[in-house]
Amino acid sequence: MSVGLISDVVLILLVLSLAVWITIARTAYRAVVGFVAYGLLMTLLWVRLAALDVAMTEAALGSGLTGILLFAAAARLAPFEAAERARAPAPALRLLIGLLCTLVAAGLAAVVLWLPEPAPTLAPLVAEHLPPTGLRNPVTGVLLAHRAIDTLLESMVLLPALIGVWSVAADADWSGRPGSLPRPPASDALTLLARILPPFGVLVAIHLVWIGADEPGGKFQAAAVLAAMWVLVMMAGLQQPPAVVSRGWRGLLVVGASLFIAIGIAGIWLADAFLAYPKGLAKPLIIAIEVALTGSVAVALALLLSGPPTRAHRCEAGR
Amino acid sequence: MRLALDIFTIVMVSLGGLFFLAGTVGLLRFPDTLTRLHALTEADNLGLGLVVLGLLAQTSWPLGALKLIALWLLALLSGAVVAQFLGAAVRPADWRTDDVSGPREDGR
Repeated sequence: MSVGLISDVVLILLVLSLAVWITIARTAYRAVVGFVAYGLLMTLLWVRLAALDVAMTEAALGSGLTGILLFAAAARLAPFEAAERARAPAPALRLLIGLLCTLVAAGLAAVVLWLPEPAPTLAPLVAEHLPPTGLRNPVTGVLLAHRAIDTLLESMVLLPALIGVWSVAADADWSGRPGSLPRPPASDALTLLARILPPFGVLVAIHLVWIGADEPGGKFQAAAVLAAMWVLVMMAGLQQPPAVVSRGWRGLLVVGASLFIAIGIAGIWLADAFLAYPKGLAKPLIIAIEVALTGSVAVALALLLSGPPTRAHRCEAGR
Repeated sequence: MRLALDIFTIVMVSLGGLFFLAGTVGLLRFPDTLTRLHALTEADNLGLGLVVLGLLAQTSWPLGALKLIALWLLALLSGAVVAQFLGAAVRPADWRTDDVSGPREDGR
C-alpha cells in the first residue's frame, strides 16, 4: 500500500467516526464542535481528490461560516435542550429513523459504486469550450459561463436568507443594529488581531478573486474571507454592525446580482442569448461580475452572521 | 546541491513532525487547560516553523517562499491570540494580570 492510500484510508476512517460522534453527541454545542472539525477533515479529503475549489469553499463556508452560525444557534438553544431531550422520540422510532437514514446512505453508495466505467462526464466538453471564455480555471468557466444561471441563482439565494434572518426582528427593533454577534470582554489580544489581520485578509481576498480566472479561487472564497475580517472587527468592538435600514449597505447587497442580471440581459441583444457574453469580451465581463459579486456576497455573509436587528439601546449597553 | 536540499527538507520536516507529536501527547496527557495550551502552542509555533523551514528548500523564491513564511506568521498570530483567549477563559478568579506573582503566593 502506498503512503497516499494509507493516509486516505486514515482520513476516511476519521471522517466516518467523527460523523458518528456528531450524531451521538450529548449537546448541540459538542455536535457543532465536531461539525467544524468534520468540515476541516472534509477539506483535506477534497484536496486529496484534487478538487481545490471545493476544498476552499468547504473550509471557508462549510466549516467556518456555517460553524459560526451553528455555534450561535446552539448557544441560543442551550437553555431548552434538557426539556427537548425529555421529549425525544421513543427508542423504536429512533431505530426506525436510523434504519431509514442507513438505507438512504446505502442507496447513495450503491449508485456511486455502480456508475458505468468510465463514469459519465462533461469534463472533456468543458475543456473544449474553455478557450473562448479567456479563462484557464475550468471551475470558474463552468460557474460563470457554461452554467451562469446556476451561479446567478446561487448568489441571489443569499438575499432571501438574509431577509429571513431580518424578519424575526420585532417591529420596534427594526431601526436598531444587528446584535447576534458575540461580544467577548474587551482584551488587548482581540483588538490586536482585529487591527493586524484585516489588511492581510483583504489582500488574500483580492488575490483569490484575481487568480480565480486561472487557478482555484473565486468570489465565494474571497467573500468568505472578507466577511470573516469584517466580523472580526465588529466582534472586537472596533466597528458597529451597520443598521439594516441603511440604504447604502442594502445597495451593496444587491449590486453584484444586479450587474450579473444586467450583463445577462444585454447578452440577449449582443450575443443572442440570456447570460451569453459577446465574443472577446467574455473575460473582462466575467471579472467585473466576480468583483461585484464578491462585494455583495461578503456583505450578505457578514450581515447573516450579525443576525436580526436588536433594540438600539441594548446594543449600546453592551459597549 | 539538490540532494543536500532534499536532506535538509527531510530533517527539518521530520523535526517539525516530532514537535507536533510531542504537542499532541502533551495535549492528551497534561493535567489542566493551561499546560495543555502550552503543549499546543509549542506544536504550532516550533513544529509548523520547522516544517515551513524545511519546505522553503523545495519552493520557488521569492513568491512561494514568502507565502510559506506568511502562513507561519499568520499561524503564530492566531495561535497566540487563541491561547490568550482560552487562558483568560479558564483563569481562576483570584489571578490578576497586574499582580503576576499572585497565584503562587496564594498557594495555588
